[in-house]
Amino acid sequence: MELPNDRRYTQSHEWAKLDGDVVRVGITEFAVEQLGDIIFLDLPEVGTAVRAGAAFGEIESVKAVSDLISPVTGEVREVNEKLMDDLDAFADDPWEAGWMIVVAPEDPSELDGLLDADGYAAKAEEA
Amino acid sequence: MAEPTLFDLSQPGKRCITMPQPARAPEQYLPEGQLRAEPPALPEVSEPEIARHYARLAAWNFNVDRNFYPLGSCTMKYNPRASEAIAAEPGWARLHPATPEECMQGALRLMRDLETWLAAILGMDAVSLQPPAGAAGEFTSLRVFRAWHDSHGDTARRRVIVPDTAHGTNPASVARCGWDVTVLTSDEEGRVSPDALRDVLGDDVAAIMLTNPNTLGLFETHVLEIAEMAHEAGALMYCDGANLNALLGHARPGDMGFDAVHVNLHKTFSTPHGGGGPGSGPIAVVAKLEPFLPAPRVRRAGEGTRTTGGEGALEWDWDRPQSIGKVQAWFGNFLVAVRAWAYIRSMGAEGLRQATEDAVLAANYIRRALEGELDLPYPATCMHECVFSAKTLADERGVHAADIAKRLLDYGIHPPTMYFPLIVEEALMIEPTETESKATLDQFIAAMREILRDAAEQPDLLHEAPHTTPVRRVDEVNAARKPVLRWQKT
Repeated sequence: MELPNDRRYTQSHEWAKLDGDVVRVGITEFAVEQLGDIIFLDLPEVGTAVRAGAAFGEIESVKAVSDLISPVTGEVREVNEKLMDDLDAFADDPWEAGWMIVVAPEDPSELDGLLDADGYAAKAEEA
Repeated sequence: MAEPTLFDLSQPGKRCITMPQPARAPEQYLPEGQLRAEPPALPEVSEPEIARHYARLAAWNFNVDRNFYPLGSCTMKYNPRASEAIAAEPGWARLHPATPEECMQGALRLMRDLETWLAAILGMDAVSLQPPAGAAGEFTSLRVFRAWHDSHGDTARRRVIVPDTAHGTNPASVARCGWDVTVLTSDEEGRVSPDALRDVLGDDVAAIMLTNPNTLGLFETHVLEIAEMAHEAGALMYCDGANLNALLGHARPGDMGFDAVHVNLHKTFSTPHGGGGPGSGPIAVVAKLEPFLPAPRVRRAGEGTRTTGGEGALEWDWDRPQSIGKVQAWFGNFLVAVRAWAYIRSMGAEGLRQATEDAVLAANYIRRALEGELDLPYPATCMHECVFSAKTLADERGVHAADIAKRLLDYGIHPPTMYFPLIVEEALMIEPTETESKATLDQFIAAMREILRDAAEQPDLLHEAPHTTPVRRVDEVNAARKPVLRWQKT
């Protein structure tokens, strides 16, 4: 499994990438494959407070609805509104164009507690 | 689609029956503000056209009267004709719910009987027939739990623990009740382990919701210890009773330490469902929760009560200050209760016990017959349903659970539940129920074997299935992304 090394990962298949003083959040390619055809995304509004380990939104596929879990605590600064218009494009590039939200973290060092690419790859392979 | 809509069939001037002209013009009957500017665009067709239209649609309908329907966790039993005949009796069917109590003693007696029998079957103290469906029963029970906690001034409890195998309605009921869900990961056997529970239990937990047997068809063997831990932490135990068909006459949620349980009359007690009629999700509770049940409750008139039916008559008790209130119009889906009453009465205790044995036997027969053909991630002896996985087939041949399910339609068999429980990839969840003969089970097994052989040799046959249904494979992704919710004239 090839994974970008420029970011951190959660057990629940989100990625978090430090981008200056904000954190960009999305879900991994593995998650997208597991979900199957995605039909709906429910993302928060700009200004929403998110908490590490708590749901910030929902993703629905033909198989199931899953929570999107925030990797960090902070405030939502940007939301990728374009995703809902083209869910196939999102599924094709979950690493870059498919980012979901940008969070201003309370404590950027929170990222250090998450999995690195190797740790996540091991976890995903075991699943 | 091969069948036109009634609007497509419509031709101006056609009528089923000719009504006499009204004596006066519409504006003489109705105030101006209530008159339409134009007549409504109703289809105009003859009676034979309408009758045939619906008869054709009905012939396409897949139902348990025609075919095997092994839809996991839905308990698609045959609905006995005797129950239907009894429910159709005008004394029940035409009874107005506002009838004075003294004139509806039979209906009150039936509800009282059914409450008593369900309490005995479940090992509980009191039953409310009001909730109109399983999820409504869950929600009602959680509201009862909340009222009970509140009555002790214990208002800080916010969390409800729900295993990862739970029906989706469990977390939905928790959220609807204003509480937060804590998901509990099942152990490698597919059960809830006391160790895992210990990590998430705390004095902010209001309840634990457990389905027993769970959605993998496995009995939660640690249930007694789990109940003890929950009660020690001040939480209440809720049993999702959707899988009660595995327990009748053999085990009772009340004996397992549960404080409340719901029953799907439309599953376990064989009333129609899946489009065939409304559901009914009575709840049963332990004595300490009885005061909080929905009002009104049926009671026997005694000294100081107001009934005009006289001593010993049955009456509605509305004076329930601690009740959470009503959860359904009138007294629940009464005619469903009549069918369940008739079913229990005709089966008897021995018959119900036998039904459970046959249901469990049928599920295990299928499990053993197909265990070499599909993955079986939790291979233990199952109860009323078994859960296979098509993961190996998907990885190696690109044939998915959905393709197998669609292909079964070509054999006249309803697909099993797919992709649930969520912890099983490519899940196929099969619940045959006691309805089916060995011959039917063997036909199903033979069909599955042939389908799995085709999956290896000609996978496109499965990818393009179903081939013989009036509507072929639908575009589920597009339908979900861009739903067309209303017919429009083109």
